[in-house]
Amino acid sequence: MTATDSYVTPDGRTIGGVMMEMKNITLRFGGVVAIKDISFDIREGEIRAIIGPNGAGKSSMLNVINGFYHPQEGEVWFRGEKRPSMKPYQIAAQGIARTFQNIALFHGMTTVENVMTGRQLMMKKNFLWQMLRVGPAMAEEVVHRRRCEEIIDFLEIQHIRKEPVGNLPYGLQKRVELARALAMEPKLLLLDEPMAGMNVEEKEDMSRFILDVNDQYGTTIALIEHDMSVVMDLADRVVVLDYGKMLADGTPDEVQKNQAVIDAYLGVEH
Amino acid sequence: MFYREAGQYNTTYEKDMQVFPIKQDKIGIAIWLVLAYLFVPFFGIPGLEYGFAMNAIMIPVLIFTITTIGLNILVGFTGQISLGTGAFMGVGAYACYKLTSYFPDVNIIVLILASGFVSAIVGALFGLPSLRIKGFYLVVATLAAQFFLEWCFIRVGWLYNYNASGAIEVPQREVFGWIVTGPSAEPVTRYLVVLSILIFLAIIAGNLTRGRIGRSWMMIRDMDIAAELIGVRPLTAKLSAFAVSSYFIGVSGALMVFMWLGAAEVESFDVNHSFLYLFMVILGGLGSITGSFMGAAFIWTFPIVLKELGKSWFGINATVMENVSLVAIGVMIVVILIAEPHGMARLWQIIKQKLRIWPFPH
Repeated sequence: MTATDSYVTPDGRTIGGVMMEMKNITLRFGGVVAIKDISFDIREGEIRAIIGPNGAGKSSMLNVINGFYHPQEGEVWFRGEKRPSMKPYQIAAQGIARTFQNIALFHGMTTVENVMTGRQLMMKKNFLWQMLRVGPAMAEEVVHRRRCEEIIDFLEIQHIRKEPVGNLPYGLQKRVELARALAMEPKLLLLDEPMAGMNVEEKEDMSRFILDVNDQYGTTIALIEHDMSVVMDLADRVVVLDYGKMLADGTPDEVQKNQAVIDAYLGVEH
Repeated sequence: MFYREAGQYNTTYEKDMQVFPIKQDKIGIAIWLVLAYLFVPFFGIPGLEYGFAMNAIMIPVLIFTITTIGLNILVGFTGQISLGTGAFMGVGAYACYKLTSYFPDVNIIVLILASGFVSAIVGALFGLPSLRIKGFYLVVATLAAQFFLEWCFIRVGWLYNYNASGAIEVPQREVFGWIVTGPSAEPVTRYLVVLSILIFLAIIAGNLTRGRIGRSWMMIRDMDIAAELIGVRPLTAKLSAFAVSSYFIGVSGALMVFMWLGAAEVESFDVNHSFLYLFMVILGGLGSITGSFMGAAFIWTFPIVLKELGKSWFGINATVMENVSLVAIGVMIVVILIAEPHGMARLWQIIKQKLRIWPFPH
């Protein structure tokens, strides 16, 4: 299978060619090597999981993808082009959105305002129009509000639309954060532990939303998750990291049978 | 009882995004406007001498409301603390003074609104450190701006046209035949000018803070890292907040000198005033335009009310009462901040929420 081939998954979804490729990424913080010489790719339309024990460098990897960290070595290729060193807001403009491990919502704003922030880059009306807030400025606001309301409907958070997000329970905050990321209409959506701290029911809901997002919007998803059963159910392919090194890369079945992965998770007899 | 939203449906997003979506609130605002435009100009404040009500209460409160809205944009909406407010008002005032001496024939209201731009540029310039530093360190940087600008107001003779007193004195100017500035301007004319400019600027502030730009400010305030990852440029967001905030503050400074004080020296723009405006913002409510009105009105009128009460009820002289009011206002600030850290605007919101469902508790 080459980089441009597409294939069909057992459940009937078409996975396209390579969207993003990480080539020999090395990231150091002073003397600490967070990521060491890791290469993997993310294909158009797939759900890609990054797993590994704590401190494996998973979150660092996401931060490299969305430009928050700049790796010392290695290249990031996005849609067939080598990505130069960019600021996070420029990468956001390229269509990469993310959620955070520790929810990073805007606490002083309501749910709908938080979702509206995702439309920031798509709103073009200048300062003067913003000041007047009539005509084109208002029309623009309404267009984006309508789109946000669709996403709010999609994620079933209509009832908390006007609530300040600071007051919401944890599970709902996670969902609002997903809504905000979706409002950006990303091509690649990065989810950093979307199910951390949730109960089984909330996890099921979230899994359903992730599958629906992938299915309905065709969004490519890269996610970090600790819950193995969720990962194995959702992901098309899995990368396993341990102490900044890559242990395995393959389908969930392959990864589960990989001896190095089993050793890392269960420990080895010494 | 009367404050209910039952039966009022917002069927479009335009309607849903109004500042006052509830009918009763609209009526309330209409009443305030009628009072401000039709009652106060003729009758002043009932029970108070007309000139005193205008010169000591209404005009300064309206002017400081503009200052407070401006500072609130920076502190409340964008989360960047500034102690340079007094000096930025000074920039507006001196700029307006210079403009009046260069363009004596131009409408003074245009000049006042234009002087805000000078202050906006200076504000954005002193806002540059905010790109690198936050919190206490930014306070220190703005404090440096305060002292530097104060020094300029004293040492740079060009700013006050090298006159011997070192003060700027407001020339007499007319707009459509009405004397608007200078010693012979009627309080009522000045009041109406200030009121109209305030309403104009408050609407602009309300529009800006609800739109894309306002959201980018609040994103920076609430979670700057996430804001950047969503696509907000910190440079644009922070500097635009500094510029807009300083514009408001500059206009209010020009109004303060031209419509209220009549003449001013550097003392009118010192750091104590910066603190006063910060109190108005915090007490009124961070991130609330309505709160800015409340904060400015409260902080300004409270000592006056206390002084009058002390004099007429207990016969305490004014100097003593001044100190008492300082103590009292300090206590009030502490108490309000403990009881409701989001200020009077939040208290008002809670009251409205309770009214809406009264007599049921929830």
